[in-house]
Amino acid sequence: MSKPPEQTIDEILTLAAAQFKVARETLAADDDFFKKLGIDSLQALSLLTRLENHFGVELPDYELQGVSDFRTLAARIQARL
Amino acid sequence: MTAAASFAGQTLSWEIRDGVVELALHRAPCNEIGSRTLEELERFAAALPDLEDRAHALILYSQQAAGFCAGADLRELYARASAMQKDAARLGVRDFLERIHAVLNRMDMSSMTTIAAVHGVCFGGGLELALVCDVIIADKMARFCFPELRLGLIPGFGGIPRLKRDMGNAVVRDLLLTGRSLNATKAQAAGWVSQVVGEGEALRVARGTAAQIGKFDRATSAAAKAFIKPIPSEELRREMDLFCELFQRPAVEVGLKKFVESADAQPYLP
Repeated sequence: MSKPPEQTIDEILTLAAAQFKVARETLAADDDFFKKLGIDSLQALSLLTRLENHFGVELPDYELQGVSDFRTLAARIQARL
Repeated sequence: MTAAASFAGQTLSWEIRDGVVELALHRAPCNEIGSRTLEELERFAAALPDLEDRAHALILYSQQAAGFCAGADLRELYARASAMQKDAARLGVRDFLERIHAVLNRMDMSSMTTIAAVHGVCFGGGLELALVCDVIIADKMARFCFPELRLGLIPGFGGIPRLKRDMGNAVVRDLLLTGRSLNATKAQAAGWVSQVVGEGEALRVARGTAAQIGKFDRATSAAAKAFIKPIPSEELRREMDLFCELFQRPAVEVGLKKFVESADAQPYLP
């Protein structure tokens, strides 16, 4: 049974905060993760790798083209859980 | 110790530790392979006969946090190609490819057992460099990709023939034609990564693997390697020809321009 979407978002925010060393409470589901984390696209791929490892899914990077907020990212992952 | 036994260059360094050559890549931001790296790789290839007399294994790794290697230095390629007439640019690319193929073929056929310890980004020419090695050990945060088709090109440093040497054509087509990136677990399942290890552990595990390899008769290891890992010379030559043919197309200039003009600090190919 898949996780509730809100739990997936929460786990993504926690992992992103830890990886890029920002306070968890400063991140919200609708944030643009490029802007909020100050990351480039290679660093975003690194976050994708961490999320794939954590959730045990494979998410082709082309499915994330144009995705820049945590909520949509979570939905893409949720679809593969 | 002679000059060949150790070297500290601008883009890479090597030394011998416990009978193992450790070749460290350290060009910021992520070991992009340009003319300087090529010159230092050629220096390494020239030193290989001496190193092979002194060591039984080679570990290739990166000291850059971003990863193993992001591939060819596209900014340098674009700057050089833009400053030349088309024919001169094509000849320049051909010369670069001939030289890097000579280096990578020499590393591929080294009598030492070669291990790539990979973390983070391992894209394009970086993946082609890793595929030269006999064993690839990947940190679980490693990510692999052949993004060249996004530029209107194919991999040019021998990646396709070397990947085909090790696995089915279907896997190669998927990687090549989609340009997508795969994580270490998927790369292990596909077959080109032999061990997936914890974050930050690839070099340590590679050293342990090299120590294990050192327990066996050196000549037998070299003979086994030559038997099981032939150089796909004909395909490597055809790959180079196709790359040069594609390089002349206008789509490549457009793709390179888009890449170098990206506002992204480290653009993943558009």
